Amino acid sequence: MQRNRLATGGRIDRQQSVSFTFNGKTYQGFKGDTLASALLANGVDVVARSFKYGRPRGIVGHGAEEPNAIFQLGKGAETVPNLRATQVELYEGLDAYSTSGWPSVDFDVMGSLGALGRLMPPGFYYKTFMRPKKLWMTYEHFIRKAAGLGKAPLEADPDTYDKLNQHCDVLVVGAGPAGIAAAREAASTGARVIIADEQNEMGGSLLASTHSIGDQLAATWLVEQLAELSALDNVLLLPRSTVFGYYDHNFLAVLERRTDHLGLTADKGSRQRMHRVRAKQVVLATGAIERPLVFANNDVPGVMLASSVSTYVNRYGVAPGTALVVFTTNDKAYQTAIDWHQSGRIVKAVVDSRPAPCGAIVKAVQALGIAVITGSGVIDVVGKKRVQAAKIAALSDDGQEIRGEIQTLECDLIASSGGWSPAIHLSSHTGAKPRWNDSVVGFVPGESMQQERSAGAGKGTFSTAACLYEGASAGVEAAKLAGFGDGLVSFVTPSTQELPEEAQQALFLVPHTKTSSRAPAQFVDYQLDVTAAGIELAAREGYESVEHVKRYTAMGFGTDQGKLGNINGMAILSKALGQSMPETGTTIFRPSYTPSTFGAIAGRDVRALFDPERYTATHRWHESKGAAWEDVGQWKRPWYFPRGSESIHDAVNRECLAVRNSVGILDASTLGKIDIQGPDAAEFITRIYTNSYLKLAAGKCRYGVMLKEDGMIFDDGVTACLGENHYLMFTTTGGAAGVLAWLELWVQTEWPELQVYFTSVTDHWTTATVTGPNARKVIAKVCEDVDLSAEAFKFMDWRDGTVAGVKARIFRISFTGELSYEVNVPAHYGRHIWEALVSAGEEFDITPYGTETMHVLRAEKGFIIAGQDTDGSVTPADMNMNWVVGKTKTFSFLGKRSLARSDSARENRKQLVGLKTLEPSTVLPEGAQIVNDPNEPIPMAMQGHVTSSYFSANLNHSIAMAVVKGGLTRMGEVVYCPLADGRTVAAEIVSSVFYDPKGERQNV
Amino acid sequence: MDKYSLFNLFNHARNYHENWQRAWRNPTPKKVYDVVIVGGGAHGLATAYYLAKVHGITNVAVVEKGYLGGGNTARNTTIIRSNYLWDEAAQLYEFALKLWEDMSQDLNFNVMFSQRGVLNLGHSLQDMRDIERRVNANRLNGIDGEVLQTNEIQDLVPLLNCSPDARYPVLGASWQPRGGTARHDAVAWGYARAADAMGVDLLQQTEVTGIRRSNGEVVGVETNNGFIGARKVACVTAGNSGVMAAMVGLRLPIESRPLQALVSEPLKPCLDTVVMSNAVHGYISQSDKGDLVVGAGVDAYNGYGQRGSFNVIEHTVQAICELFPAFSRVRMNRQWGGIVDTCPDACPIVSKTSVKGLYFNCGWGTGGFKSTPGSGYVFAHTVANDNPHPMAAPFNIDRFSSGALIDEHGAAGVAH
Repeated sequence: MQRNRLATGGRIDRQQSVSFTFNGKTYQGFKGDTLASALLANGVDVVARSFKYGRPRGIVGHGAEEPNAIFQLGKGAETVPNLRATQVELYEGLDAYSTSGWPSVDFDVMGSLGALGRLMPPGFYYKTFMRPKKLWMTYEHFIRKAAGLGKAPLEADPDTYDKLNQHCDVLVVGAGPAGIAAAREAASTGARVIIADEQNEMGGSLLASTHSIGDQLAATWLVEQLAELSALDNVLLLPRSTVFGYYDHNFLAVLERRTDHLGLTADKGSRQRMHRVRAKQVVLATGAIERPLVFANNDVPGVMLASSVSTYVNRYGVAPGTALVVFTTNDKAYQTAIDWHQSGRIVKAVVDSRPAPCGAIVKAVQALGIAVITGSGVIDVVGKKRVQAAKIAALSDDGQEIRGEIQTLECDLIASSGGWSPAIHLSSHTGAKPRWNDSVVGFVPGESMQQERSAGAGKGTFSTAACLYEGASAGVEAAKLAGFGDGLVSFVTPSTQELPEEAQQALFLVPHTKTSSRAPAQFVDYQLDVTAAGIELAAREGYESVEHVKRYTAMGFGTDQGKLGNINGMAILSKALGQSMPETGTTIFRPSYTPSTFGAIAGRDVRALFDPERYTATHRWHESKGAAWEDVGQWKRPWYFPRGSESIHDAVNRECLAVRNSVGILDASTLGKIDIQGPDAAEFITRIYTNSYLKLAAGKCRYGVMLKEDGMIFDDGVTACLGENHYLMFTTTGGAAGVLAWLELWVQTEWPELQVYFTSVTDHWTTATVTGPNARKVIAKVCEDVDLSAEAFKFMDWRDGTVAGVKARIFRISFTGELSYEVNVPAHYGRHIWEALVSAGEEFDITPYGTETMHVLRAEKGFIIAGQDTDGSVTPADMNMNWVVGKTKTFSFLGKRSLARSDSARENRKQLVGLKTLEPSTVLPEGAQIVNDPNEPIPMAMQGHVTSSYFSANLNHSIAMAVVKGGLTRMGEVVYCPLADGRTVAAEIVSSVFYDPKGERQNV
Repeated sequence: MDKYSLFNLFNHARNYHENWQRAWRNPTPKKVYDVVIVGGGAHGLATAYYLAKVHGITNVAVVEKGYLGGGNTARNTTIIRSNYLWDEAAQLYEFALKLWEDMSQDLNFNVMFSQRGVLNLGHSLQDMRDIERRVNANRLNGIDGEVLQTNEIQDLVPLLNCSPDARYPVLGASWQPRGGTARHDAVAWGYARAADAMGVDLLQQTEVTGIRRSNGEVVGVETNNGFIGARKVACVTAGNSGVMAAMVGLRLPIESRPLQALVSEPLKPCLDTVVMSNAVHGYISQSDKGDLVVGAGVDAYNGYGQRGSFNVIEHTVQAICELFPAFSRVRMNRQWGGIVDTCPDACPIVSKTSVKGLYFNCGWGTGGFKSTPGSGYVFAHTVANDNPHPMAAPFNIDRFSSGALIDEHGAAGVAH
């Protein structure tokens, strides 16, 4: 039984009945309804309870401004919290719940404690809950439970979201009369136009209009215009698409809801998609939002915006009540009286605050036999869960005071209009400072900061004819500035036969017989229960800035972001402070215009595509051998290769012994590789690294460290000279991108005179490191054209050669301290080479090993890992690596000056040493802090920390690397690591080189 | 000063709240002050408060170009913790944390400091090494903290994706139970009200346009409302520190960049702790109002326009959806930006300058809010005594020439 459904009219499809549930009860609506219109059709009055006082609340608006009807849709993984019923299209099976009220919106415990409301003025929580101190977390627990609207889903989102990058000449935001005219005119010049509108149908105010445009009904005119626009190839129409943010360089974010009108999740494809639009020019035709009047008990269900009442009648065929009182400060709301009257229901009266309105529409309303009560206002409402009557009093000419008796007029619906506030949100996003306009009685867009202009109601132009003209002008202007057309309007504005309007009255707070502080609550911001008295209190307490008032009272903090309340609130503040609206100013609107789904903002870059995993060419081989994985940067690297039921410890011990005793093979493909070319390449590399590359001959490699300007180690690696003016730089796996950016930064911003070019070639190559005493024998089996003898192919040389039939670069560099060959081949041959090397090594029991073994072996040798043993606070000297710092370089290298600073040069800096636990099998945890005296009370004087720590199977004792204050001069000293588990581990400071201190094994 | 209490709230309710006193006056500027603090954010107001309370210096003005607490105080994500790596930073932030624990009572203004704990997630072996190192250092410095295993994290944060199949699985976390959040505006207002009650003049809508000197010494500030004399000038103008320094020809080693944040629509409680992740790169908590409060790293480009680029918002939200796949259907209600002044070592400058009588407190980067009380306390000491507070000494501006940097990039909460 849709008791408020009119017999005829509206844009709904009465043939298609839609059933839905609200708070568990089933209702019927029609296709074309919003959830809000369907609820009103069914006579559902109370849809929410207010945030602070638990007061019953009904639907107030019909669009983005709706503050009360905030619902949870669906359950489980599909559920969506906080949807605005006025923007939810009805579909079969829609399942909605109120987000407030306990146990229900009809009977709410909080609401029944209404008298306590007086204890909760704005900021009450700043003034109490302070003692006893330890109870705050308990108080807060209940405060948190009381706050919040809907519930977050508890499961992963089943939907996907897309993004489209769009470019256009003219983006038109809003498809009301101004927007349509703008799009039409811009499109006629040949410009590429996008027109986006948040509603399911384009047309804006025309969708609820009963007027004519030219000789057609507005609705008919609209159909023609949209058909013409749709037929143009250079126009993209985006309905159900909210332009929610306007960013620098004319970048706008548009959220298109593709399937939300069909159900909670998308059957196929994406649920929503974001258009990232870069527009040459923008026309903002965003319309205006009606401003409610603020009077006592103006939140009782049945108090609505005048335009919303008209919209429900005209667009949805719903009359949300029986007996209407219109309360207005302007001519426009008289249309609501006419619409209501024509729907066949009773208009009790139009109450107009203006002393003597006599415009054409006033007369038209009177001619219908409707009472017009002038110079008066609705000052209070009778009713709790539904309006029962309006209390009406005569007002002074300026509307600020009550004159005369109060009469009570029975009614169940009050439509109020305090004028219209242009929707300047997007203009405000750009940083444009809104300007107050006295005749508009609202803020209009400020001076443009981007390539944009506003048109129509969005800049305070309200008649349809003027909107059409202004839109057309804005459209051609935008097109011309984008390089299209001559800037002349070709569009002939049709006549609209609109009645001339009289001036409106600025009335932001309707007086009551009592002062605001004593009168029944006069609500300014419904969603956050901010009242006129609250704003006055804030001002009285010294919160005078509009931002302070916003933050102290929470006005405008809701999900409607104050679309209804802000202007009234600012005006009430202005009056309290005795200043003008421009002096008060406005808070800054921020994106989102309406809330935007996280998933849509994230797009496809989640889950597997969040930061796509990078695999080497031999990844599948490692996988087939049961590798355990380590994430290193974006790469998946084999961590170790367990055999059978081996633990990581067993596997690593076995791998370590195999390398030192025979031969192992490591996939080193992930190491960053940067190809560097150009006549100044050597000079450049020499400036970047601490040592010199000017004399590095082709066929030779050199190890270097690079420092940041502060002299601290940032990355390290080997660079090979490939030929004249041609180098290959290896970086750490995790540091590759950062190093490339670093190189580009210096050459682009500081040394543009150097001719040098960089190409990341990391994944062009597969690197198979064959290392161990038998490495040469393995390589010799697959490579015939390189003289592998120790004399001909020395440590730190590299050679071109053929390995298993593939052209390869072979580098004799070693991170294990063993005889090593790093075979580099184009990545497409990676698996082939890898398998060839493995099968060549079979007779030596060649052992694949992972990053853990690599770490242990290099630690046995005392080789550092940048980022593990260094942390951005150590110099080469701290790492006992002064040998890598060129003392005689002609050009200073990056960081050199900083190395001479007093603190960088001081003694007792933390220095890299080895640690040997006194109990040889105890492995120190990495990250353990080191102290001299284990019995020192907290805070303890920390000497340094353990950077790397392992059990060495080759040495049969634990080894650790650490940085210790003055460590290099403290050899043999015992230091202590107090651990979280209560143990204290004693260790002796030793050299950081535990194995083969002379480095003989890699030189054989 | 009206005492704030439940009792007093009852009393005022009987009078319809018509008789509450102003939280602070709107004074006419005096000719000359002992100290003019430039910048009416929480740091500046805290400085004023401690100057008056600890040092008895009440002839103080706080000069603010906009409204109190309108800069980064109003824009940050309100996370408070003290689990910093290096001794110098840890000491200062821990000192601040102790002041936080008593702040509401000290100021008689409920700043809603909520010790719901802070998790810093580790997603790689190196993350875990760094976490172990930091938590060990915190423990030996007397700061609460422990390393949590994945299952313990899951218990604390049921909606966090702790699956081993995540792109960057959660391997562990550092956990500081005493950390949490506070109501940022209330901090500014609480300090303002308490400072005002001790005689400090709060001069809003007063923009400093120059710093007047005589014989190399500071004598006052030029403002849009005329000259205001000052024996000492203390600048606490995050986001504009370089601009202020340029007024006396100083260059600071500071880069100013946008830092953005966003909130969701209000939700019923679903996240009880603060969760931060450097590697996945986002942080999130839920406010008492129910909003998910989300932030990440600074924008790539320097600038003073308090607005950032949308791609940073996209990356941040991606990180949040990755950590909390259930939040994908939640919606962003509002996003905004502030300007942070960052030093090369991600630590602040609290320092005298080469100009006699001129002091700077700046460079807190992305971590200023949590330090507010500590910052104000040690800066007040530095200004009052013309000598750095021992805890402020390591944050002297000289460290950039000596090289004694305190590299906190790992602990600052956002990636380098």
